[in-house]
Amino acid sequence: MKKVAEFFVEYFQFLDKDSKVVDDLPEFTNDRGFLISLYRSMVLTRIFDEKAVRMQRMGQLSTFPSSLGQEAVMVGTGAALKKEDVYCPYYRDQGVLFRHGVTPKELFIYWSGDERGSAFSGAREDFPIAVPIATQSLHATGVASAFKIRKQPRVVITMCGEGGTSEGDFYEAINLAGAWNLPVVFIVNNNQWAISVSREAQTKCETIAQKAISAGFKGIQVDGNDIIAVYDKVSQAVENARNGGGPQLIEAITYRLSDHTTADDASRYCPKDNLDKAWDEEPVERFKKYLEDYHDFNESEDLAIKDECSKEVDQAAIDMLNFEKPNAESMFDHLYENFPEALLVQYEELIAMNKEGGK
Amino acid sequence: MTMITMAEAINQALVYEMTQDQDVVVMGEDVAGNGGVFRITVDLLEKFGPDRVMDTPLAESMIAGCAIGMASQGVKPVAEFQFMGFIYPAFDHIINHAGRLRNRTRGRLSCPLVFRAPYGGGIHAPEHHSESTEALFSHIPGIRVVIPSTPARAYGLLLAAIRDPDPVLFLEPKAIYRKFKQNVPDTGQALPLDKCFISKTGSDVTIVAWGAMHAEAMHAADILEADGISAEVIDVATIKQLDMKTILTSIEKTGHCVIVHEAARTNGVGAEIAAEIAEHGLFSLHAPVKRVTGFDTVMPYPILEKKYLPNADRISKAVREVL
Repeated sequence: MKKVAEFFVEYFQFLDKDSKVVDDLPEFTNDRGFLISLYRSMVLTRIFDEKAVRMQRMGQLSTFPSSLGQEAVMVGTGAALKKEDVYCPYYRDQGVLFRHGVTPKELFIYWSGDERGSAFSGAREDFPIAVPIATQSLHATGVASAFKIRKQPRVVITMCGEGGTSEGDFYEAINLAGAWNLPVVFIVNNNQWAISVSREAQTKCETIAQKAISAGFKGIQVDGNDIIAVYDKVSQAVENARNGGGPQLIEAITYRLSDHTTADDASRYCPKDNLDKAWDEEPVERFKKYLEDYHDFNESEDLAIKDECSKEVDQAAIDMLNFEKPNAESMFDHLYENFPEALLVQYEELIAMNKEGGK
Repeated sequence: MTMITMAEAINQALVYEMTQDQDVVVMGEDVAGNGGVFRITVDLLEKFGPDRVMDTPLAESMIAGCAIGMASQGVKPVAEFQFMGFIYPAFDHIINHAGRLRNRTRGRLSCPLVFRAPYGGGIHAPEHHSESTEALFSHIPGIRVVIPSTPARAYGLLLAAIRDPDPVLFLEPKAIYRKFKQNVPDTGQALPLDKCFISKTGSDVTIVAWGAMHAEAMHAADILEADGISAEVIDVATIKQLDMKTILTSIEKTGHCVIVHEAARTNGVGAEIAAEIAEHGLFSLHAPVKRVTGFDTVMPYPILEKKYLPNADRISKAVREVL
């Protein structure tokens, strides 16, 4: 016997659960303004999620997936994207989209059940939210291929949950990304649950990160509740990809503190002890305490941020509720660029139905 | 005048459009170095280089998903599925993404791509290589389904498909890839994507067909002509969007209609055409519409495939029954 290959998976953490610094902090932690902006984005995401859940309960939104407890994964990832980069989302990553120019109003519109929410005024090339699991991983490889073909120094980030990494599309995507050395970074939001199926039941793999090894590139783990670790490693992977270094997979270990969606009841399957323990490790308080301990962050700054974010989210909700409802015939508007003559009969049928006040 | 086969005409269209439009790329399994298992993409690698002619790893969902990502950036992939029998892993991306991207982003992103696949029976191929499942795809909003029946139409329709700003499934009847030749001038002239072709005018009956069945319909028309029956033959060509106007106008004239496809009968595209005729052309008819199709069975292996596929004899017999 001889050993032909050997692999290992690294784990990164800078702040432990008590906000103690446990490793040499990266350079960007000297930039207080940037750190506060990360904190603000995390707060914004949490307040947005809380508001969205309340609005769903009031019948103002349809089913909604909260990202409660996963704000560091989202904001750290979103902050690593440059404006010209492209993000291929799944559906629990509002924090990434906010950092990349999508507005709370747009996401409220989307989750209210209106396609116009995906028209993304500020992230024109980002993919819309992908509901079929892990399909976005492949779209990301396609966008990255386009960048490579056109020799553009741009990068794609895509995200899925740990459950999504069981999908064939995920494996096909990482395999292609490796084979073609594409500028794409795969983030896995390992929040321990795929609806009711636990991380342990999902795969025998010790880590999700090691799946990258099967595709020939590096996969690492970060503490997904440590925004410093997430941002540091994702931005390194992005810049490495931008410089031709190829893909990377980052497994961010976190915990879903919410139900899967507003249509789910996690108390049916999620042990309360696990949830209580996870609350002790959650990312927003952890980062806030770090800012207090190391950057003189004070209560009045914190209150000001929370107040500002609440007002922004409340205004976005009002804007969504006041957004003019779409015309029925708009369902035909963007089906094809050139309206097919064959569809005219159905189109006119719908218009006539509306004129008659039909239901 | 150079006479070329449908296989050569498709290659000619690819070369023409890749020369004109730098955004057009070709991708798929074995399409680069090998020129495709049917040699449709032969010499493209030499002509356009590895950045534009790409062998992919062996994964069909990936081919579709990656092509969609490229197309969202304005690259125009012509992605090949080696056989239609292997397209089904890609179904998810075709129905959930390719056909919806423009709509769900309200026109912000679009999907200007072509999925090519050899389809249909008649070449004694192994299991899973001979089915005709165009109906599955013609039910999907947001995409187009195109099936050429001659070298010249393959050339013009493929150019149109590549230039179309929306996703097009381009199904190539492999039984006639090399069955006959035509003069196909390399003019870059595209054909419309929503018009039937009247291949032969006639006054007694309208035979509606597409793909490899078009040649059988033309042959049947010759047989019938000898007996004094004048058949009009329509090549549907664009399965979606369906040009019912041309078919209904023809039936107004002939009063009889036989629809031919090699796919299984139930819920086939023929059923949709017959339903449209029932809604909009019933009073033109002097007799019920008749379908000549494959059976609602699993496509048999090569030994029995001739018993499954419609042919000129079955078509001419059906015409005599409706007259």
